This record gives sequence, C-alpha cells and structure tokens, in this order.
Amino acid sequence: MSMNDKNFKYLTGPFSANNPVIVQILGICSALAVTVQLKPAIVMALSVTVVTAFSNLVMSLLRNGVPSRIRIIIQLVVIAALVILVDQVLKAYVFEISKQLSVYVGLIITNCIVMGRVEAFALANKPWPAFLDGVGNGLGYGLILVIVAFFRELFGSGTLLGYPVIPESWYAAEGGWYANCGLMLFPPMALIIVGCIIWAHRSHNKDLQEK
Amino acid sequence: MSSIRNLVDKIKPTFAKGGKLGFLESTFDAFETFLFVPNTTTRRGAHIRDCNDMKRTMIMVVVALMPALLFGMYNVGYQHFLSQGATPAFWASFWFGFLKVLPMIVVSYVVGLGIEFGFAQVRGHEVNEGFLVTGLLIPMIMPVDIPLWILGLSTAFAVVFGKEVFGGTGMNVFNPALVARVFAFLAYTPSMSGTKVWIAGLTSGEGVVDGFSGATPLENLVTTGTLGCALDKPYTPMDAFLGFIPGSVGETSTVAILIGAAILLFTGVASWRTMISVFVGGLAMALVFNVCGSSAYAQIPGWYHLIIGGFAFGAVFMATDPVTSAQTATGQYIVGFLIGLLAVLTRVVNPAYPEGMMLAILFMNAMAPLVDHYVVEASIKRRNTRIKTAK
Repeated sequence: MSMNDKNFKYLTGPFSANNPVIVQILGICSALAVTVQLKPAIVMALSVTVVTAFSNLVMSLLRNGVPSRIRIIIQLVVIAALVILVDQVLKAYVFEISKQLSVYVGLIITNCIVMGRVEAFALANKPWPAFLDGVGNGLGYGLILVIVAFFRELFGSGTLLGYPVIPESWYAAEGGWYANCGLMLFPPMALIIVGCIIWAHRSHNKDLQEK
Repeated sequence: MSSIRNLVDKIKPTFAKGGKLGFLESTFDAFETFLFVPNTTTRRGAHIRDCNDMKRTMIMVVVALMPALLFGMYNVGYQHFLSQGATPAFWASFWFGFLKVLPMIVVSYVVGLGIEFGFAQVRGHEVNEGFLVTGLLIPMIMPVDIPLWILGLSTAFAVVFGKEVFGGTGMNVFNPALVARVFAFLAYTPSMSGTKVWIAGLTSGEGVVDGFSGATPLENLVTTGTLGCALDKPYTPMDAFLGFIPGSVGETSTVAILIGAAILLFTGVASWRTMISVFVGGLAMALVFNVCGSSAYAQIPGWYHLIIGGFAFGAVFMATDPVTSAQTATGQYIVGFLIGLLAVLTRVVNPAYPEGMMLAILFMNAMAPLVDHYVVEASIKRRNTRIKTAK
C-alpha cells in the first residue's frame, strides 16, 4: 500500500499526459451531455471516479479467477452493480441533480473509460495500482468535464454553480448590451470546447502531436 | 507607382529573414503582394501563363459584390425612413445606410484580418487573401440592427473554427461567411430573427409609425402565405426583384445580385454550372410543392422563391465558392441542384427556419467531397469498361 513513484504516476498520469478524454479520446459522449452546468458536471465526475476506481479494484482482485472467455460479462456485472449503487446514493442525497443527470448516471456503464481501464489495466495489475489508476482516470475525466462546464455555464447562462456572475445591468433587458450565447447550451459547443482544450494541450505537449 | 515600388524595395531587407523586423515577414509580404503582382512563377510541372492570381480573383468577387452592397446601403436607409413614416429621399437614404453598414464592414475586416495576420505570423505562412471576400460577405448577410460585438464575435468564430483550424484559405470545409452567420443565428437568435432586426432603428422602436411591421416577405409567407405589406401597400414580386423589401443588408435586390453574377460569369471566377443548377433545383422543389403541397405557402408561384430572401445571393456568391463547392463539373450540377432543392424544402416545411438557404449551402458544403468522390469513381468505371470493350 505504498505510494512510491510508480504508483504516483498511475494516479497523476491521466490528469494530463494520458488524459482519458483529450488524449485517449474516450468518454466524449457524456462530456457533451452533462456539461451545460457546473454542478451536474462535478457530480458526474465524482460518480465516474467512484465507479472506475472500484471496478478496477474489484476486477483486479478477481483477475486470477476469471476465465478470459467470460471476462466481459463479469466486468459488466461488476460495473453495473457499482453504477446502481452510485445512482441510489445520488437519488438519496442530491435528488435535484440526480434528476438533471437523468439517464446519464445509468449510462456510466457504457462509458468507454470504465471498461477501457478494466480491460487495459486492472486485469494485468495488482489491486492497489489498479485502484489508483481508476481514481486517476476518473479525476482526469472529471477535470475536462469541469473545464468544459465552466465555460458553458459562464457564457451560456451567465452563472457559475447557479450563482449569477455576469452583472444584471449588462443584459439588454436592463438596458445593457450583453446577451448569453445560446450556442453554449447546445452539445456541439461542448465538442468545440473539448477541441480547444486538445488544441492548447497538444501545443504545450509537443510529443503528443500526430505527425 | 515606381516611387511606391522603390519604397517597398528599400524597406524589404528589413523584413526579410534575418532582418531587423524579420518576424513580420508574412505581414510585409501580404502588403507587398497586395500592391504589386508578385513576380514569382511556378518552378516545375504544368502551369498556366496568366497574370491572374488569388488576389485578383478575390478582388473580382469584391467588385461583383459592389452593386448588391451599394443597393443594400440605400435600402437600409429607405426601409428606415419608411418605418418612420417619412418619404425616403435618395441621398438621405443612401447616406443613412452608408453610416449604418460601414461600421459593420470595418468590424468584420478588422477582427477577421487581425486574426488572419496573427495566425500567419505564428505559423510563418503567407497571409491569404480569401478574407477580402469573406469580410465583405459577412456584413452583407447579417441583419442591419445586429450589435457590432456579436458581428465581431461571429467573425472571429468563423475565421478560427471555420477556416484556420482546417489549415487556412483553400482548406476549409464550410463557407466561412456562412459559418459566421450560423454561429450568430444559433448563439444570439433574438438578434438574428424575428420582425424587429431587419430594419435599422426598429428594435428601439423610436418614432416608428403605428402598425408598421418589419417582417420580411419570407416571414410573412410562413405566417400568412402572402408576401405581406409594409404599411398598407402590399409587397409585390417587383419590389422583391428590385430589392425594396426588408432583409439582410446585401441580399434584398435580385437585380443587383444578377449584375454581380454577370461580372462573375464574364470573368470566369464563379461556376455557371452551380449557379444555374441552384435556381433549377429551387424551381423544381417549388413545382413539387405546387402539385402536392397543401399550405398556402406551398402554393405560391415557384419563381417567388428565387427573388425573396437570400436565395439569389446564396446561389451567386456562396454556393459557387470554389473551395467549398464541388470540383467536378457533374458534381457542381448535383451540389447546386440539391442546394436549391433543400433551401426551398426548409423554407416551406420547417416554420422554425424561414430561410433555408444558409443551412442548405452548409449541408451541401459537407456533402460536396462525397459527391466529387462518386463522380470520379463513376468516371473511372466508365473508362474501364470502355477499355475492356475496345480490347
């Protein structure tokens, strides 16, 4: 259970150099769907982190007992059970946000990051590194979600976490000149923001640029 | 002329690689080739001996846009004075419109060219001249009352996401001017549609005559199935043809656009195949609606569609964009026809979008490479069978 350099890398790698969304291009669909506002995005990020972490942990513990022919169905059972748990917790404690997220909590099962990490990492590694890898990937995914949601909520609704940020007097209704950007509320704009993040990230990390 | 040449030659070494201001090389080059035809020639391969280059081509399009732009300025003033209940005098109208439209053009050029120069500097390539046309097209397809910051933001979006991310002039998938419009339309819908934005001063409502409607004939067709009227005088097809109707700045006058079309076709800049087939496609769809449509809108004479809204403007100046349209001759017929067809289809069937031209052109921009691909494939197949039968 030590936090040596190697384990630390499993945790922090997915934040930037091996980010699931902007480098591995996984989990894009939910990044478009739940990022209209910041609050649901944060809840979604935490939910996915819990699911990836514990599905990695459980599958890593089971890795020597699961025949490879039926491993996918076992993974699905584990992930689905965790997602149902998360869904119930959300319904119990943050019902409003759970309603906003609607089907997308259930759809964490189909999030490519979860099964991708189980397949690629947990089945070949010990439980503790697998758990750290799951936490890292969940948080790396969440980081992008929060950045996208920040811009979408700020420019699309003029609020952050539900609190008005842009002064009322700026709006046309109050005699100002400003208007919210309606396009920010549409999913395509999330894709464009993800594109911009990839653009900035690649121009900083030159080794990631495709030739 | 020679004094300018001498001056340019004198300061050239300063901007060359290794010179004091070497980092501004592409900016300098842009201004030099703007003033003088560059004397560089293609080194290898087949090439055409002609003094024409992209700058001259683009300037021809700008010249062709002039009639529509000048009439647009006049019409902006004309519609404004009409809405105020005044008699629109010619020069007063033109001057009013000039002062309204000029800031739009300035904003579009300053924002767009600023970004283009910035990208050229960072990437170290030449500044391309495609924006000379785009920068003029953008104000011409916007409503006159659009806030200037929205215009600037849309232009910036169009240049960065419509053009530069694809690699700059000549590489873009979508017509950049239409990207600007579609951005403004989806992001700031209240400033881009409705009955208030098409006439200068109507949004604030100061001094407007009672009962004056700023709705364009397109909007009237959706709601009432007729062209509608300004006050008590109904719009006639002749008004729409000459351009005395509310609408985006440069697209109201079919006559002015046709003069532009003549210039483009005479100089060979635009493809007549695309242009003609857009009109044919629009008419064909309108005829289908005449036969089997049930609403009043579907029953209007087909040629109404060609003279109202942005149909003619889109057909002449946007569908023919050599970068985003089809490259093969057959492809141009197909793409043009489908643009016309989809535009009329959207207009009549979808009440949420009174004007379908923008969406039709953007959609076919995306489809054009596919059309080209199959045209080329078909050609190869035909030739193969011909070779086989010859053997």
